[in-house]
Amino acid sequence: MKSRHKRLLLIFAGLAILGVAAALVFSAFQKNLVFFFTPSQILAGQAPQGHSFRIGGMVVKNSLMRQPDGVTVSFIVTDLAQNIRVNYRGILPDLFKEGKGVVAEGRLDSDKTFIADQVLAKHDENYMPPDAAYALKQGQAANLNKYVVKTVKP
Amino acid sequence: MIPEIGNFSLMLALCLALIQGIVPIVGAARGNQRLMQLARPTAAGQFLFVSLAFGCLVYAFVTNDFSVAYVETNSNSTLPLHYRVAATWGGHEGSLLLWVEMLVLWMNAVALFSRQLPSAMVARVLGVMGLISVGFLSFLLFTSNPFARLLPAAINGHDLNPLLQDIGMIIHPPLLYMGYVGFSVAFSFALAALMGGQLDASWARWSRPWTLLAWMFLTLGIFVGSFWAYYELGWGGWWFWDAVENASFMPWLVGTALIHSLAVTEKRDSFKNWTVLLAIIVFSLSLLGTFLVRSGVLTSVHAFATDPRRGLFILVFLGIVIGGALMLYAWRAPQVGLGGRFSLFSRETMLLLNNVMLLAAAGTVFLGTLYPLFLDALNLGKISVGPPYFEAVFVPLMTPVLLLMAIGPFVRWKEASLKEVWLRLRWIALVAVLSGIGLALTLKFSMLMTVGITLAAWVLLATVFHVAQQLRNGAGKLLSLPRSFLGMVAAHIGIAIFVIGVTLVKGHEVVQDANMHLGDKATVGGMDFRFIDMKKIHGPNYEAAQGTFVVTRHSVEVAVMKPEKRLFTVQQMPMTEAAIDRGLTRDLYVSLGDQTSANSWVVRIQHKPFVSWIWGGCLLMALGGLLAASDRRYRLKKL
Repeated sequence: MKSRHKRLLLIFAGLAILGVAAALVFSAFQKNLVFFFTPSQILAGQAPQGHSFRIGGMVVKNSLMRQPDGVTVSFIVTDLAQNIRVNYRGILPDLFKEGKGVVAEGRLDSDKTFIADQVLAKHDENYMPPDAAYALKQGQAANLNKYVVKTVKP
Repeated sequence: MIPEIGNFSLMLALCLALIQGIVPIVGAARGNQRLMQLARPTAAGQFLFVSLAFGCLVYAFVTNDFSVAYVETNSNSTLPLHYRVAATWGGHEGSLLLWVEMLVLWMNAVALFSRQLPSAMVARVLGVMGLISVGFLSFLLFTSNPFARLLPAAINGHDLNPLLQDIGMIIHPPLLYMGYVGFSVAFSFALAALMGGQLDASWARWSRPWTLLAWMFLTLGIFVGSFWAYYELGWGGWWFWDAVENASFMPWLVGTALIHSLAVTEKRDSFKNWTVLLAIIVFSLSLLGTFLVRSGVLTSVHAFATDPRRGLFILVFLGIVIGGALMLYAWRAPQVGLGGRFSLFSRETMLLLNNVMLLAAAGTVFLGTLYPLFLDALNLGKISVGPPYFEAVFVPLMTPVLLLMAIGPFVRWKEASLKEVWLRLRWIALVAVLSGIGLALTLKFSMLMTVGITLAAWVLLATVFHVAQQLRNGAGKLLSLPRSFLGMVAAHIGIAIFVIGVTLVKGHEVVQDANMHLGDKATVGGMDFRFIDMKKIHGPNYEAAQGTFVVTRHSVEVAVMKPEKRLFTVQQMPMTEAAIDRGLTRDLYVSLGDQTSANSWVVRIQHKPFVSWIWGGCLLMALGGLLAASDRRYRLKKL
């Protein structure tokens, strides 16, 4: 084989590997990207059915309930405009607290309950998970708009 | 007073760095020996002043000087002394100072051990390192000064994040930074060679031990971080594909490619351009990693933008370093010869494939880590990319790497015969496949298990066979084999052991969450865990509830485990302190969740097979790096 052909073959092999890698990335992205929605967006029907996504906001005070088995819990997440009930089986993170920010990953049930398979709270008492903070800000903005609408109408 | 001395030392160090970054490089271009000789004393001076500044900051922490803002945010007078010292690098400013301290250490190590190198080469290498130092010192002084005063002074500090109050905090960041910064040596050698137009086998030989050492430190750093997360985060995970972890993993992947590519350049004088490019990429990723973790961009892209000076400085600095290096590369690399030719089936091709695949793997990690940040920064939506993505991409990419890893060392340089290699390795291939299928069938059949064990056995057996063959061919005793060969053997066996650990943990672990009352029993992985006691204990800066579990197997006591739930008093932060019973073939892992009634708790009990093999594998890899770096031929003789 001529050296020029050899080089071409090597280049093709390299490109093939990169192609495979790109295809893997593409398919993995399609299957595993997890989008984020606020409670308001979910109730507006924007969240996907039967696909995993993340929800964030604040845990409503006194909303945490424990099932008799002790391991299954449920609580309400709010963005100050809308509420969603979240069910979760497992251990809550150390920094999970009522009245604090939370992010959960899971699916939406048919009755608009969120079935979480992961609950995240970050490693700092004062620090709000960025996604949760974002949800609260959006919710507050929505509330503000409602208020404006009310006052404009005499 | 002391913080001002530290601040002043940093300014002096910056002046010296400026001289070191300019004068020796100009000297090398003009062939002026006197200018070139300035490199060593300026490096030594920088070492003196940066160390002095570092000492001042440590002193401020040790003496609880809460008039220094950085000390106030990261320490507290009740914090034990060793954690106060470690708190020095607990935040953004201090960890940058640690970075510079490491840089001057490496710089002076190069100055010390390069007496036999051509003076122009040394001048350029130290000059480039001086320029890097200029960047970091001005970043420290102008945007992130650790010595900034807090007026009026605070009475007490904010305390170090409880998660960081651990022996891991004392050793993990220094090791990791030794690795990151160590790649600056490989980078500087590459740029120096480009400037001087001298890219040849001897250049690769000079650069190689430094690169190997940096790689070893990075391996150890990542290992300690993972080991720490495993016991400290409290829930038994050891790798989360978290952006912080990925930031250190990307330079590791490309660094691994670099040490293999350097081997080709040294032995066969080819791949020269490629090797230089890899050295540039590795260091760029190290810089990116440092900034990703420390700038706060991960906490919130937008918070990062609210301190525009820091963000802008980082972007400009990264732009200058990466852009400048790539421009120099584009300008000078075409003049570098192609080097030795090789046939399609040869050691060169094997190593080229290794490089392409490691780089592709690093690219996929890069995408998964940065894509969500980009989207968020551009307000295009909020997404997260989790472990499923990384596992889906990473496992198929690493499978061929492991396949080739066993074959590569048997393939000759320049031209080899596929048939000959096959004849040597066919029995090993058979045994590997049988052991993979056999083990998967006896435990729990899954594709992952079969493939993982087969590949691990394949690499392990082929490597051991290689050693046996070398010994039979009259190389004498095991320890008289060349260190670089022993290093490769250790690292490859380390990978095999690591893969065994990962496969078995992933495929065969048992996790059980249960609400347990005092006296209850849970059975996990064939062992009985009895919850017999719960009591309050007092730590130096925390209060804790401590449970006692007696573990038995067929009524024989195996272990007594005492998991805790701590509440750190200053920050009112709860923390889970898991109890772990380690073993060669399994870890038992018990952690306390929430209290559900006066005498009942939610408890997570885990049986994790072969976790220790993950750690053992990492240590073997690092040992391999050390062995290879200490090979005789790198101990420079007079040229």
